[in-house]
Amino acid sequence: METVFTPFLSFGGGVLIGLSAILLMATAGRIMGATGILAGLLQPSNFSDWSWRATVLAGMVTGPVAVMFFTGEFPAVQVPISTTMLIIGGFIVGLGVRVGAGWTSGHGVCGMARLSPRSIAATLTFMITTGITVYVVRHMLGA
Amino acid sequence: MRLISLYLIGLVFGVGISISGMANPAKVLNFFDIAGTWDPSLAFVMGGALIVTFIGYRFVLKRPAPMMSESFQLPTRRDLDLPLIAGSAVFGIGWGISGFCPGGALPALGTGRIEVVTFVIALLAGIFVAKVLQSMLAKRAPVQI
Repeated sequence: METVFTPFLSFGGGVLIGLSAILLMATAGRIMGATGILAGLLQPSNFSDWSWRATVLAGMVTGPVAVMFFTGEFPAVQVPISTTMLIIGGFIVGLGVRVGAGWTSGHGVCGMARLSPRSIAATLTFMITTGITVYVVRHMLGA
Repeated sequence: MRLISLYLIGLVFGVGISISGMANPAKVLNFFDIAGTWDPSLAFVMGGALIVTFIGYRFVLKRPAPMMSESFQLPTRRDLDLPLIAGSAVFGIGWGISGFCPGGALPALGTGRIEVVTFVIALLAGIFVAKVLQSMLAKRAPVQI
């Protein structure tokens, strides 16, 4: 499935992601990691811990609604794979994020920005295995 | 006041993810499909987010404490270990199959799309199973790597 190259929108989106990471650190003193926020939500240590996570998550979920409000349509969510592959992929992502501690936003942005060796190693590793997986699925299995 | 700020921070993240294309599996997968329908957009997401965060963190972390909390909660470990690398590798396989990562999928829940809900349920199942396996292993013998 072809997608349109959107350098400006994507860069702008990245800037907003970075901005939210800075603001969360400046206010709550926390790393902006979707997995960490989700994991803590399911297993909170106390109510105040639960409430900040739930509130940030509520904000995240209303992001597409805000986009809808200004542009008249939801952001594109095109899923070029079968439901079975989606479930398998989701399950594997869940295994991976639990064993380590979060990836794209936590390690890929916040950890890399802190020049954390763990995050740099994690990001390089998953970029390589993601690339290999996409190549295998699309060009060797032909899915 | 505190909760309103946190909500708005989540909203900024959600809007950023939405317009960047990270919530769109077709775009994510195409970023990695250099040999096929390549779309380099995600490099710009990563670039924008990293430049801003890199500079912003320098200023924020110079302060003695965050505004609404007693201290900064930062990971202190710097060593590399097997769970980190293995977990990253496994995550990449799942991301390469599905095109969704948690940071992309959670905001995408707001679109109400059944595919996103399906992914998030599978994601939670994976997290739960890994947790059960980890606690079973931990009870059996302390693993030293």
